[in-house]
Amino acid sequence: MAKVVLKLGDDISTDIIYPGRFMATVLPTETPQYTFADITDFNARLKKSEIPQGSVVVGGKNFGCGSSREQAASCLKGSGLAVIARNFARIFQQNSVNLGLNLIICPDLEANEGDELEFTGDTVVNQTSGKSFGTVPLPKSLQATLDAGGLIPYTRQRLLHGKTLTGMK
Amino acid sequence: MGMTMVEKILARAAGLAEVRMGEVVEPRVDLAMSHENGALVLNQFNEIYQGTGLEAKVWDPSRIAIIFDHRVPAESAKTATNQKKVREFVAQQGITKFHDIRGDEGGICHQILPENGYVRPGCVVVATDSHTTTHGALGSFAFGIGATEMASVWALGCALNVEVPGTIKVVVDGKFAPYVLPKDLILYLIGQLTAEGANFKVLEFHGETIRSMDTSGRLTLCNMAVEAGATSGIVPPDAETLRYLREVAGVTENVPIFGPDPDAIYERVIEIDAASLGPQIACPHTVDNVKPVEAVAGQPVQQIVIGSCTNGRLDDIEMAARLLEGKKIARGVRMLIFPATARIFREAMRAGYLSTLMEAGAVVANSGCGPCLGIHQGALGDGEVALSTTNRNFKGRMGNPKGEVYLCSPAVAAASALTGVITDPRKGS
Repeated sequence: MAKVVLKLGDDISTDIIYPGRFMATVLPTETPQYTFADITDFNARLKKSEIPQGSVVVGGKNFGCGSSREQAASCLKGSGLAVIARNFARIFQQNSVNLGLNLIICPDLEANEGDELEFTGDTVVNQTSGKSFGTVPLPKSLQATLDAGGLIPYTRQRLLHGKTLTGMK
Repeated sequence: MGMTMVEKILARAAGLAEVRMGEVVEPRVDLAMSHENGALVLNQFNEIYQGTGLEAKVWDPSRIAIIFDHRVPAESAKTATNQKKVREFVAQQGITKFHDIRGDEGGICHQILPENGYVRPGCVVVATDSHTTTHGALGSFAFGIGATEMASVWALGCALNVEVPGTIKVVVDGKFAPYVLPKDLILYLIGQLTAEGANFKVLEFHGETIRSMDTSGRLTLCNMAVEAGATSGIVPPDAETLRYLREVAGVTENVPIFGPDPDAIYERVIEIDAASLGPQIACPHTVDNVKPVEAVAGQPVQQIVIGSCTNGRLDDIEMAARLLEGKKIARGVRMLIFPATARIFREAMRAGYLSTLMEAGAVVANSGCGPCLGIHQGALGDGEVALSTTNRNFKGRMGNPKGEVYLCSPAVAAASALTGVITDPRKGS
């Protein structure tokens, strides 16, 4: 079970997730302090450790659009959050998988802040409303990275064990 | 069965006879560019090699470009230290395409790459910046990636897990009316497609309007393809591409000229009549919130920005200078000009454009990303409104979530500087 701690609308840009003025901070260990920095009350709760690990941010369509800044994925990962959205913008989705941030694509999800969600394979069950919603798997192109636990271990495997293609067609 | 531009490029780069939309390939990378975020890339790069017993050496230092543009000169000790780390890495690895903070060869990465001939038709270009789509203007397949993915490219020389994208064909015919520019075309298209309308897809540009457009305009078009979510924009290379590569970029060797196959398969075709377009404005706080200039004319603005990888080229500055010559910008408006590169800065200086703009009251700052993403200079005050030739108007984008950003062409920006309100350049002042 995971609680919805923040509900957002469509087209949430990486400028909202991680405002550009904090981009001089790059290391994944340091970025979580600026997660949703301009949603000041939520950022304050994160900083006071009031948000349990594994909590969920719910977005609409095109979550993570805009800049390729990887801080947007690393800050969410470092804050212990997962994201469920109708769909994700390409670069953000790729960055998230590369870093091991948990993304769930759920086109029809209905959920409000405070709702408790349960994930069962290809379904999200909103325990608060009692409704279930189907999920869409991440693109197959990302499977090899997912299987390896992120792009750093996957690239390391490829360096050590040569260029055997995995996850093709 | 025929292939699109990007299918052809990916087939070559993956060593395959043909590829189709949806296939997963590992294309060799011809050029891999980073800016200040190279500091994060090198951190991730070193982490890849942890515990492997291998020496952390990039696959090909001649194919890596590093360009400082986001915070130049450094605005803080933190940035300066990051830049110092990247400089040391560049020297240690022997990276040759390095553009430091310099008045002879510095500038914004997405203009540095084309004007130095680093991008050629048919290349695969990756860069840790979403506006990498720009380089499709020269017929390359160019897309933005994150820092960890770049670290993987530095190690392996190929991009892993690339799904061949589908392509939307955009056909533009007709002649632009006076004061209607390529920026208006791409804003209009983004308004039609919406911010996610081309997510995971490529925009391939065709038609008489594109063929008769110079490379500067094509760079503007492809630059903003990402604002419709596109993986890349691309223009089939032609005589104009060859002219640009020869005359501007100093490329002397032969470059491949190719187009899509006549029977290439497109996801959809969009047709636009350029002659019917007027100046367009993207209103706060999404780039797809596009309206004709008439709909927002009269909106007061406090800051006007001309610059960025979208519209900081010589023709953009020339357009502003032409409209402001012998005139004064309105009191209460600050107008900031950021020539895209040091080379463009010097050309604009020699042509007298910068004097003209300064005499009108504009401030000319050194080449760099400037206020576009609110990280260096030109931040907005609470409740202030900016009109900008840059590429994004997201909440908080220009350094303040209590500010608003409208996006426009250089012609609208210059006409509005004279009045202090959003102004249709066709109406004069």
